[in-house]
Amino acid sequence: MPLTNKHKLNPNKWIALHADYLYNYTISRINNQDLAKDIIQDTFFAALKAQANFKGLASERTWLISILKRKIIDHYRKINSTKGKAEVKMNFYSDGDREGEWIEERVPSTWGSEIEQVIENDELSEALEKCIEDLPEKYAMVFRMKTIQQFETEEICKELEITSSNLWVIIHRARIQLRKCMEESWFKN
Amino acid sequence: MKISCDEATKICDKNQYGEASIWDKIKLNFHLFLCEKCGLYSKQNVILTKCYEIHKDSESRKKHCLTEEDKKHLEQELKTRI
Repeated sequence: MPLTNKHKLNPNKWIALHADYLYNYTISRINNQDLAKDIIQDTFFAALKAQANFKGLASERTWLISILKRKIIDHYRKINSTKGKAEVKMNFYSDGDREGEWIEERVPSTWGSEIEQVIENDELSEALEKCIEDLPEKYAMVFRMKTIQQFETEEICKELEITSSNLWVIIHRARIQLRKCMEESWFKN
Repeated sequence: MKISCDEATKICDKNQYGEASIWDKIKLNFHLFLCEKCGLYSKQNVILTKCYEIHKDSESRKKHCLTEEDKKHLEQELKTRI
């Protein structure tokens, strides 16, 4: 390949050319503005340090995104290892004769009959957002990517370096907890 | 054929995204035929999926962007390191 066809880096223009794109990319995965800003700042700093590794085969933006992707995985790993805080409650017995059966207080209870009206309420979204925020971060992140951003399962697994069975366990736990939260805050009359 | 409530509700969740296999669905339906608790979960799950859909629409209308101030700040931080 002739040298002239190679992509070049121009850090002086990074913010103007790529900051918005990187920010949106991050916010659709990590739904927190301050955190997203920190992560893209880290990404630009890491990119500055790694300039020598840029071979010019991919565009500047693609290269920046590849660095950002690592930062997002790092973040996921960090929240994955944070134990204790708001851990998901048990819903099913985990051993003994009743393994896999509903724990009594987690059994779904019936909701009111006017579901359609309740759903069409404008505040529904707000109530739901609160419930999502109450989830452990890892569950909230995967649930959002799958359900709100509607990424393909394969894409999420690739980006977060998890298996699909891992993903479905997370989605399952998130949805069970969300169901309970919405039951208490919204559907119970 | 026999699966636990934990397993059944997991398949039920997966099915909400259209990603449960045929065999999964057979096992789920067999379980739902016998288990009232999961039957209720399954019914409510459909309602919740509608709620998530509504939430998705309201979230997608939100625009996220950096303010000029944010960008200036980033610019300055970056300049000191170039």
